[in-house]
Amino acid sequence: MNEKPKEFIIEMTGVDVGTMRDQNEIVLEGVNWSVRRDEFWVIAGQQHSGKSAFLTMTAGLMPPAKGSYRFFGSETRIFNESRLADLLRMGLVFESAQLFVDLTMAENVALPLRYHRNLSAPEALKAVEELLVATELKAIADVTPANLPRSWHRRAGLARALSLQPEILLLDNPFGGLDARHSLWWIRFLERLGSGHPVLGGRPLTIVATTDDLRPWRSEGRRFALLKEGRFNELGSWREVSSTGEPVVKELLSAPTELA
Amino acid sequence: MQGKLARMFHVEKRWLQHAPLPRSYSNYFGRKLFLLFLTVHGLGAFALISLGVILRKWHVAPNLIRPLIFKETARAGIKLLPMFIFVALALGFLTIGQVMTSLTHYGAAGAIQYLGSIMVIVIVRELGPLLAAVLVLARVGTANVIELGNARALGDVEALETMGVDPVHYLVVPRVIGMTVGVFSLTVYLILGTLAAGYLFAFLQEVPLTPSQYYTQLADSLTSLDFAVVAAKSLSFGFFIAIVTCYHGLAQPLRLEEVSRVAVRAVSQGIIVCVFIDALFIVLYLVT
Repeated sequence: MNEKPKEFIIEMTGVDVGTMRDQNEIVLEGVNWSVRRDEFWVIAGQQHSGKSAFLTMTAGLMPPAKGSYRFFGSETRIFNESRLADLLRMGLVFESAQLFVDLTMAENVALPLRYHRNLSAPEALKAVEELLVATELKAIADVTPANLPRSWHRRAGLARALSLQPEILLLDNPFGGLDARHSLWWIRFLERLGSGHPVLGGRPLTIVATTDDLRPWRSEGRRFALLKEGRFNELGSWREVSSTGEPVVKELLSAPTELA
Repeated sequence: MQGKLARMFHVEKRWLQHAPLPRSYSNYFGRKLFLLFLTVHGLGAFALISLGVILRKWHVAPNLIRPLIFKETARAGIKLLPMFIFVALALGFLTIGQVMTSLTHYGAAGAIQYLGSIMVIVIVRELGPLLAAVLVLARVGTANVIELGNARALGDVEALETMGVDPVHYLVVPRVIGMTVGVFSLTVYLILGTLAAGYLFAFLQEVPLTPSQYYTQLADSLTSLDFAVVAAKSLSFGFFIAIVTCYHGLAQPLRLEEVSRVAVRAVSQGIIVCVFIDALFIVLYLVT
């Protein structure tokens, strides 16, 4: 018996993407892309290929310059207060984590919960304890970000994005600047999130991640795309990625020493 | 939210700020006039948005926002009290010292009977509220622009927006309420401290004036309008200082290197706004 295709979470048709500073400065043109529930997408691209702008637009922080963007079936320009319920179905992890420096790691993670569920500080800290344990932040929960290495910041950014139990998670270059130990943790954790992690009640999470290095993302279950010369190119599965003759993909698959 | 903030800053304003040098004075003044109009428009819109958020979201996340309001009130109020006590002492000494020296110089032997009236005119009606506002602007307003400018430049506003947290509610509302309450309270303390310090100076100079005579002079010079105007003035100063500093820190996309320039502009505009409000109240006095 054929399995019914899962619902679309993201559908883009002919979308042009600008930058946050100037939305008329187009970095990507004519994006046609759709994401179904439980899919795991990796969007690759070299630096300045428009990955962050693309993710920012997908997260509803800026409108598409042109084209149609449907999020959970509803036409979307930008997430304002009238679309708050939809916005909270999405979590975004920034490359630089964007933690608040005057809050501790635990307070940063608890911030969305405190705002949307009107929790007091002790109630919120109790509510995020499981997340802090899962992301191995428990021991440094009371430390402010300025006193910790940046690799831990992104974990707090991830925990914060997961705190409201989103249905889709967007990650901006999650492995950028991480050492092998942290990268390995992220690979395993994202794999578990994709298949169903206890912090989300075992529900599989739809994931979209951007990257400038394809090597850590080797997996058959994932779908890949490439941002190149202002265009969004769907690559397919890992098998298709590893067998493509596309020079940029080859570059993103090569270790720096291999390029030398 | 992004749209709300983005609308605050127009392409025309950017063009005006970076346009080539004027070819004539008329171009120069025209450009300045347009910039002034756009700034007033931006500040007005930002003030209305902030007021709207204060009223509309008063009951949203009180467990998170109210502690922030207390924190900002302490920062713009209680924590500045030691500095204000020093300023009140100095101001009281200076005012009474100058008044006594000048009046004695001109041979006004009966000058003592006007000390209370002069203190009310100089301190209660003018210097007290204005000085309190300028000091809060210098100490807290500057920090506001830098903090918010850094938050804007580093992407904290976008982080709040992705969490569904209204940046105006989280970053601006506590500062606006904190500075409004702070300037009002500090104005009251500054006036009371200065009046007391003035008498202390007169006492040390062996001016033949009893505390009850001084009190009676003050009470006779004060009208109910004075109380209303001091309250209205200091609350307006606090509100608009917060609006100007938050507007410049938040309402436009910034780079880190632009923060210092924006801080200078915000402080100068804050002073201009205070003087402008003060002038409006002088007109009110003249009319009534």
